[in-house]
Amino acid sequence: MSYFIQQIVYGLSAGSIYALIALGYTMVYGIVKLINFAHGEVLMMGAYFTIFGIISFNIPIILALPISMVLCALLGMFIDRVAYKPLRNAPRISALITALGVSMFLSNFFKLLFGAEKRKMPDFPALKGGYVFGDVTIPYKAILTLVLTLVCLITLQIIVRKTKVGRAMRAVSEDKQAAQLMGVNVDLTISITFAIGSALAAVGGVLYAINYSQIFPTMGTLTGLKAFVAAVLGGIGILPGAMFGGFLIGIVENLTKGYGAGGWSNAVVFGILIIVLLVKPEGIFGKNTREKV
Amino acid sequence: MKKRVEYLITTGGLTVLYLVIMLLIVVGVLNGYYVGVIIAIGINIIVASSLNLATGFLGQLALGHAGFMAIGAYGAAHLGKYLMAVLVMPDFIKGIIVLVSCLLFGGILAAIAGLLIGIPSLRLRGDYLGIVTLGFGEIIRISIFNIEAIGGARTVLGIPKLVGITQIFILVAIVLAALYLLVRSRHGRAIISIREDEIAAEAVGVPTTFYKVYGFAISAFFAGIAGGTLAFYQGLIDPKKFTFMFSVEIFIIVVLGGMGSFTGTVIAAILLGVMNELLHAVDNWRMVIYAVVLIAMMIFRPKGLMGTYEFSLVKVVKDYIAKRKNQKTT
Amino acid sequence: MALLETKGLGITFGGLRAVGDFEITIGDHELVGLIGPNGAGKTTLFNLLTGVYLPTDGDVLVEGKSVVGLKPYQIVEKGLSRTFQNIRLFKDMTVLDNVKVAFHHKMSYGTANTLFRIPGSKYWKEEADIDKKGRELLALFKMEDNVNDMAKNLPYGKQRKLEIARALATEPKLLLLDEPAAGMNPQETKELMETIHFIRENFDVSILLIEHDMSLVMGICERIIVIDYGVIIAKGTPEEIKKNEKVIGAYLGQ
Repeated sequence: MSYFIQQIVYGLSAGSIYALIALGYTMVYGIVKLINFAHGEVLMMGAYFTIFGIISFNIPIILALPISMVLCALLGMFIDRVAYKPLRNAPRISALITALGVSMFLSNFFKLLFGAEKRKMPDFPALKGGYVFGDVTIPYKAILTLVLTLVCLITLQIIVRKTKVGRAMRAVSEDKQAAQLMGVNVDLTISITFAIGSALAAVGGVLYAINYSQIFPTMGTLTGLKAFVAAVLGGIGILPGAMFGGFLIGIVENLTKGYGAGGWSNAVVFGILIIVLLVKPEGIFGKNTREKV
Repeated sequence: MKKRVEYLITTGGLTVLYLVIMLLIVVGVLNGYYVGVIIAIGINIIVASSLNLATGFLGQLALGHAGFMAIGAYGAAHLGKYLMAVLVMPDFIKGIIVLVSCLLFGGILAAIAGLLIGIPSLRLRGDYLGIVTLGFGEIIRISIFNIEAIGGARTVLGIPKLVGITQIFILVAIVLAALYLLVRSRHGRAIISIREDEIAAEAVGVPTTFYKVYGFAISAFFAGIAGGTLAFYQGLIDPKKFTFMFSVEIFIIVVLGGMGSFTGTVIAAILLGVMNELLHAVDNWRMVIYAVVLIAMMIFRPKGLMGTYEFSLVKVVKDYIAKRKNQKTT
Repeated sequence: MALLETKGLGITFGGLRAVGDFEITIGDHELVGLIGPNGAGKTTLFNLLTGVYLPTDGDVLVEGKSVVGLKPYQIVEKGLSRTFQNIRLFKDMTVLDNVKVAFHHKMSYGTANTLFRIPGSKYWKEEADIDKKGRELLALFKMEDNVNDMAKNLPYGKQRKLEIARALATEPKLLLLDEPAAGMNPQETKELMETIHFIRENFDVSILLIEHDMSLVMGICERIIVIDYGVIIAKGTPEEIKKNEKVIGAYLGQ
């Protein structure tokens, strides 16, 4: 039993990273109906920025993380402006292919710059060890991850629900043209969405690096994909849904690993996605929408 | 012009092309290395054309064709190894029988997989279908990796080498002809009408669900054939080949050539095949360049090189005859 | 037996009744108009008749047989065919191919026949047949010069016409036209009225016409049904409808 609980603890920790990344996917999808495949690469770059700050410039992580968030936010906005904005009115499939292209570009370009090999994340002595309850250990890393994730989610919810920017976001995701007619600056709103999503991805990337003690140029590809699966599971465009999906995937993944089927974990994740989409295509928390005839 | 004459012209054109390639090989212009490149391009043409049917003609985003190819490769390879051992007959005939039956077997396995994934998931729209096919491709890859009986993580060796330049030429010609004939029939029109407007297609009597599954399964079938061809050409299967990135590479060929043009697919497969060789020295840059090409393509020429245009030798001949007639009369 | 008959037909979306207790009978070779203010449920009714939506109440009978639960393409086979308010053509297909798609359900050759086109086989016969029929149909609509044009390149009025021709290609017994005059200028509307007259004279088909432009419907329909908030508020000849107080109320808004 304690072994099972231990796996759940690990799962929650991994899941919160997925959740953070899934939030970015779900926000962007909600607002421009685009799977931003490059989101995974933004997370990877967030991790690289932070580590460079720490190693090359000796900045403490407390400072390196916010700087990296800002850089990623700018990067996200830049990607949107250069690659996605020209295609805003093109068929969805064109924008999707572009997103794939951006993702390929970033991961391969980084491979060129820094080599494909894995780099070790510096250790943080303060994060070694954890609380011990009988046979179950809750690592400090996991606590940090969970707390940081919850803080991000709550902040995000406040932004979306209570601020003017958030209202603009909801309006644009509902109906772009109507929002424009009502005086919402659609382009700016989309930019802000990309910025927030990318900043969250940076946090996700750093937490990933801390938890797994390594970074590499393709770390974002599969992580990003699974985070997107999380967003779809919860119901795309729904923030708590993304959160739930992230935790679900983290737990499932760690249970399969913990019970000797580690090689199958990604297959199980995609299997769950397929089953959920077949039973409830709009996701677990999603509302049913139908095409107007 | 009689249909029979039209088919003769096309077959004649293909024969001339084949003879030219063989001549170049005999006189030594094309060495073994180049022949290998041509065969690799041929396999890419088969799999990319099959993807074009699903994505370009049917309009369904499929990002897991490497998976179908893997199924075809493993199916064909295992049956091939078995048949080679048990069949007793002259080598030449045995080669043909084994090749044909195993490719069909691999194709049918892939088509069954296509049905299994297509029937439930084709009601999902656009990007969701893309993610499901992507996930399905990964599931197939992971399953192969983890099941020793299929092949596990090791390279499968000892597969008969049954595919050379002649076989690949015939296979490419057959697959392209089959797809082309299919697209130009009531079935093909139904498939294209779904891409154009699914609701309208249903409203004029096209059973859209049936045709989505039908198109998808045929696409998977030919992807399976491509996989089997690859196995019989290399004589081995590297399980690490069938990744998501490989699916994306196939997808790039289709997009680059033009969704809805087999001519485009052929041209793009050749272009990328040649580019792969030229960029071999700077392999790291290859994917970066592809990525930039892909993005630029979508922004500046989203229809691909060919759009939906199809090259036809018959049309060229017809135009030529018409021109001659005009010159005579004036 | 009536061509089309609905009994207590209705649909509810999340507690909101979009169409309720709808009863209508259409016989052979009739032209019936269906009018009502915006959002009255006209298009929803078409979607119920053609199988796009599944009704929550009542029944739809085509020649006495229920078609509820059939897929849209199966209802086409029963003899109902429609056009859309916002034209839905196969834009990147030729005009002729647009019409040929609509012959699909009348054809029967299979995949093997497609791949092995043996001379004299069903493939050649059926393809030659629909090629001829398709061209004749388009010629009737004066589009013989457009057969090889892409549908998206046609002018607006011809796009409407092509959509109607495509619907007729399914050889329907009842043609459902959803606001065919929407977005047309007076000249185009006049041509459309002529087209509808022309269809009446040349095809053995009944027409149910949705319009919210009263004058057009009054001009050509023998019988008019008026709905508002999803229920029928009046039925009758154009003369009767013009005088009906409920109708005037619905249109002027009481």
